Amino acid sequence: MNEAERADLLLQIYYYMRLTRAMEDRTRTLFLQGRIVGGVYTAQGHEATTVGAAMTLRDGDCIVPQHRDLGMHLVRGVSPRAVMCQWLARGNAPTLGRDGQLHIGDMHHGVVPMISMLGESLPVACGVALVMKMRRRSTVVLASCGDGATSTGAFHEALNFAAVQRLPVVFLIENNGYAYSTPNAKQFAIEQLAQRAGAYGMPGESVDGNDVLAVMEAVGRAVAHARGGRGPTLVECRTFRVRGHSEADKADYVPPALREEWLARDPIKRFEDYLTAQGLLSAERRREIEARVRAVVDDAVAFAEASPPPDPATVADYVFAPDGPIAIVGEPGAADPRYVNALDTRTGRPFCTMSQVEEAVTQL
Amino acid sequence: MTAVTYLEAISQAIREEMRRDESVFLLGEDVATYGGAFKVSAGFLEEFGPERVIDTPMSETAIIGSAVGAALMGMRPIAEMQYIDFITCGFDQIVNMACKMYWRSGIPLPLVIRGPAGGGTHGGPFHSASPEAWFFHTPGIKVVMPATTYDAKGLLKAAIRDNNPVLYLEHKLLYRLPELREELPSEDYIVPLGKAIIRRHGRHMTMLTYGAMVHQCLKAAEQLASEDGLAVEVVDLRSLTPLDRQTIKESVMRTNKVLIVHEDTLTGGVGAELAALLAEELFDYLDGPIMRVAAPDAPYPYAPPLEMAYLPGVERIVAVARQLAAY
Repeated sequence: MNEAERADLLLQIYYYMRLTRAMEDRTRTLFLQGRIVGGVYTAQGHEATTVGAAMTLRDGDCIVPQHRDLGMHLVRGVSPRAVMCQWLARGNAPTLGRDGQLHIGDMHHGVVPMISMLGESLPVACGVALVMKMRRRSTVVLASCGDGATSTGAFHEALNFAAVQRLPVVFLIENNGYAYSTPNAKQFAIEQLAQRAGAYGMPGESVDGNDVLAVMEAVGRAVAHARGGRGPTLVECRTFRVRGHSEADKADYVPPALREEWLARDPIKRFEDYLTAQGLLSAERRREIEARVRAVVDDAVAFAEASPPPDPATVADYVFAPDGPIAIVGEPGAADPRYVNALDTRTGRPFCTMSQVEEAVTQL
Repeated sequence: MTAVTYLEAISQAIREEMRRDESVFLLGEDVATYGGAFKVSAGFLEEFGPERVIDTPMSETAIIGSAVGAALMGMRPIAEMQYIDFITCGFDQIVNMACKMYWRSGIPLPLVIRGPAGGGTHGGPFHSASPEAWFFHTPGIKVVMPATTYDAKGLLKAAIRDNNPVLYLEHKLLYRLPELREELPSEDYIVPLGKAIIRRHGRHMTMLTYGAMVHQCLKAAEQLASEDGLAVEVVDLRSLTPLDRQTIKESVMRTNKVLIVHEDTLTGGVGAELAALLAEELFDYLDGPIMRVAAPDAPYPYAPPLEMAYLPGVERIVAVARQLAAY
């Protein structure tokens, strides 16, 4: 990578961090205005972790994100319009209004839909990685969870199975200090969650999750390890949830001084300072990026607001998938519409999770 | 051609589907080197290799979760529960992850979860489960329970080719039962999901049943014919989801009396739903109360006298059928 390419890359990272923050700020506003009916979970302070980790991936790789991983989604090409349609429960959202939040996915673009039972996505990540291994691919799976989910049985079963099978998975723990109101000290009795890696026979690393370049380096090492067929790695990113569990949670159980301490380490501010010091982010450049971010968010909100609600008559539809051939995702020709998993057979149109197929969203 | 057992039919179905379709693979505890606790997959490792016949750690959540992940990728995994009782350890992966996947995301999930169910083998409270009602209640998963060797093979092939999660419950008491040995067609066949079959025709009453209880009902029907002159129709549901409402209703419209028999416990069981369906839709056709024979509302017991008292058998079925016939 030459210097100009590196500068572009760093600014791209900055853009995604800003876009993630701006999307969530707007989501919060919509919630406070009563325009989002359900729970809203945001991740201020996680941007270095989610964006940095996802920046290490390539085409064909897969993310298995959780509820605070908007940054990961956006880097991998998930459409901001689709995200806003999810929040606003629109009929053309990726889940057709059947589910909310970031519970979205598109296997052809390597995004596995999550469920609210945190930790349960990790065994699913193993299955995706198992297929990559069977098909002799050099692709990898990036699967995340929070500190809370490390206490689940699913976490243990997944890490153990991945290690035994030497699966190409990077397990990313976003340790943000609290599982809802429960602090780390009541969640586990070890110093760093990365220590758990040793128990599974895989490498483990704990990294400053508010330093985007440090995250990219650590996750990048783990990705290279997995790509090389050497199996899984556990990477703990130490960050902090500076807001509540959900936007309905004031989080008054968090000592104010602790929150202040982490707010001072804001990952976006830190990266901005770095870019400025490197001479890569002029005031003008910054204004450009801010304008671009604002335009994307405005467009996403406007699109979602103009989108229709789901048709109540469809309430009992789509419980079962239709018959027909199914393609193995990632194989040549897998997008051929004769395959039941090539299109969204509920609508007969392309899946509308990714930006590339936004026109599909518009048409509905 | 030789007659095969119910267990061999299951084994044949998986082997033939794995030969036919490279996306089909098997994973579970002790399925590869050991060939499965009941030897369903004996010889598979040699034929298909360790990537398609996977010995897993003792981790039902990882087994079913990995199957979900592979199915998302377009594979057709078969996840074996060593005993179906252990399915509870992977419950969340089924009811929250798998069952809601297509409905939420539009991504089909072609996945089979199978394992030995049912009692009569002195398995006690943790090796005798009939867990169908939990999943019958849950939208998004198909549930099948074969009673014959022919169906064991045909339903499993249909389950593997289906694009949805399918729970395939094989009754372990039937695995090696000599009287269930059957010569199977040499050509490929399936038994479609959602189609019941009338095992015995009769005009005096309908017995609705499935799984191993089909055979108990057939024996009871024989006894009722010879001792009471009653012509009992026995309907083997084969699939609980989708449920063949048409065959059920047509039979009851002919016989006007219905006895529901299942091995699972009574309250909230599959029979309760069948009774509700018939009461709602065929009230005018019924010439007697809808009656049920099922296990008592207690966990499955170990000691033989308790087990004998627990399992519905010919004697109880005959006694209740006589009450119903007298109406």
